Amino acid sequence: MISQLLIKLGSKVMALLYFCGGLSNLAFQGFYLGFTPPFKTGRIIEQAKKTGIDSFPIVSLIALFIGFIFALQTAYFMQRIGSELYIASLVALSVVRELGPVITALVVAGRVGAAITAELGSMQVTEQIDALETLGTNPVKYLVVPRFIALSFMLPLLTIYADAIGIFGSYLICVFKLGISSAMYMRVTFEALLFKDLFTGLFKTIFFGMIIAFVSCYEGFNVEGGAEGVGKATRHSVVTSFILIIAADCFFTALFYFIFP
Amino acid sequence: MLRPGLDKIITMIEIKNLHKSFADNKVLDGLSLKITEGTTCVIIGRSGCGKSVLLKHIEGILRPENGEVFIDGKEVGKLKGVDLNALRMRMGMVFQGGALFDSLNVAGNVGFGLIEHKHLPEKEVFERVKDSLALVGLRGIEEKMPSELSGGMKKRVALARAICIKPEIILYDEPTTGVDPITADSINELIRSLHDKLKVTSIVVTHDMRSAYKIGDKIAMLYDGKIIAEGSPEEIQNSKNPYVYQFINGLAKGPITEN
Repeated sequence: MISQLLIKLGSKVMALLYFCGGLSNLAFQGFYLGFTPPFKTGRIIEQAKKTGIDSFPIVSLIALFIGFIFALQTAYFMQRIGSELYIASLVALSVVRELGPVITALVVAGRVGAAITAELGSMQVTEQIDALETLGTNPVKYLVVPRFIALSFMLPLLTIYADAIGIFGSYLICVFKLGISSAMYMRVTFEALLFKDLFTGLFKTIFFGMIIAFVSCYEGFNVEGGAEGVGKATRHSVVTSFILIIAADCFFTALFYFIFP
Repeated sequence: MLRPGLDKIITMIEIKNLHKSFADNKVLDGLSLKITEGTTCVIIGRSGCGKSVLLKHIEGILRPENGEVFIDGKEVGKLKGVDLNALRMRMGMVFQGGALFDSLNVAGNVGFGLIEHKHLPEKEVFERVKDSLALVGLRGIEEKMPSELSGGMKKRVALARAICIKPEIILYDEPTTGVDPITADSINELIRSLHDKLKVTSIVVTHDMRSAYKIGDKIAMLYDGKIIAEGSPEEIQNSKNPYVYQFINGLAKGPITEN
């Protein structure tokens, strides 16, 4: 009974270590090949469009709702203590430092990460990845590098945009519902925001982009067993990306807390 | 064994004592085989006996656990990066399901190797693509996507992709599986004629005996991770080996199914 449990635990630990090893190996190869010529800008732009530009509508919608929700939730308490004006600064800080980057990363992980895993997984199942190799093309260079570069560029851009939309959502609630004047709202918002808030918010999204790209590509490459395997890998990819994004966020928040007190 | 146009016998592919297993499953267990330049070797065997695994070792996609694969004197398992890719560009592989890239159209698929590796002007690539497609009997489908093609056409396009880089060796993974008998025969004819025109060395993995007799200069049977018999199509057809007899006659009862 106990030995059975230990065996099970051991195999889980091995699987985890195997995953970490494989993921780091892919990330290392991705970096190495990403910075060695030839550079195929065409494919990076294609991926930037697929992963970034096509995500604008869903990111806008979600950021707008987050702005609404956050304004209303903070209003609940701020009205009790009679300082509605500070809703603006509270929303600006939390959206720029935390909500914008993380929500954007999670939306992109769900939308783009899942699509990447499903696409590469189907390619793996139908031997297209092997076919790339037989045509003398490194699959990491051809498939992973453009996605990783595109995601690490596009995620910060999407985040800036999500920040703006989120603050705009809160602005709508405050100006039209709570009766704060438009000029006042803007002034309080920009007074609250410092450069370091924007920087710490955006810096971590570069890493979120890499996490999404490498995890989803790794899961796609390691699909086994046909259509069912693709489904399983897609689920794994989204769950793993979510966990790693939140963990990385925790790490960066702690790091910046001590670097920029 | 010698084909017209080649004046001496050179061993193009040599496999020595190849071993490979996945988890606890021993797939190749001491396989050895020699293939002469300019000939077609057909490897027959049951589904799942390791025929595709063998091809992937020749392409260097899988690494042997034990044993060596030599192509034109170079050991595939020891090559890396640029050298391996250079060797791969001398080989073309036709995958079972075609393995065409879904995201590219037919021209993009067929010209893939040229576009990626040979820095040729666009016009020349297009000419080569057109020629390769013409060789497999296809015209005017350059702009179509793989999803718009039938199974037989996909196999032809895959074949065109393999020959577009002008390889010296072509590997076929079950070229006639999953297509109707008439298309299968036209693919056989195609393999035969490409062979005569391009003077390539070919390995064809199949379990379609009709195709094996038609295209093979030599037939080798893979069973239990080893080559258990090899010879000319006539020799295989008249083989006294009970395993070979059961397989080529397609009998449900025999030594293969008893174990």
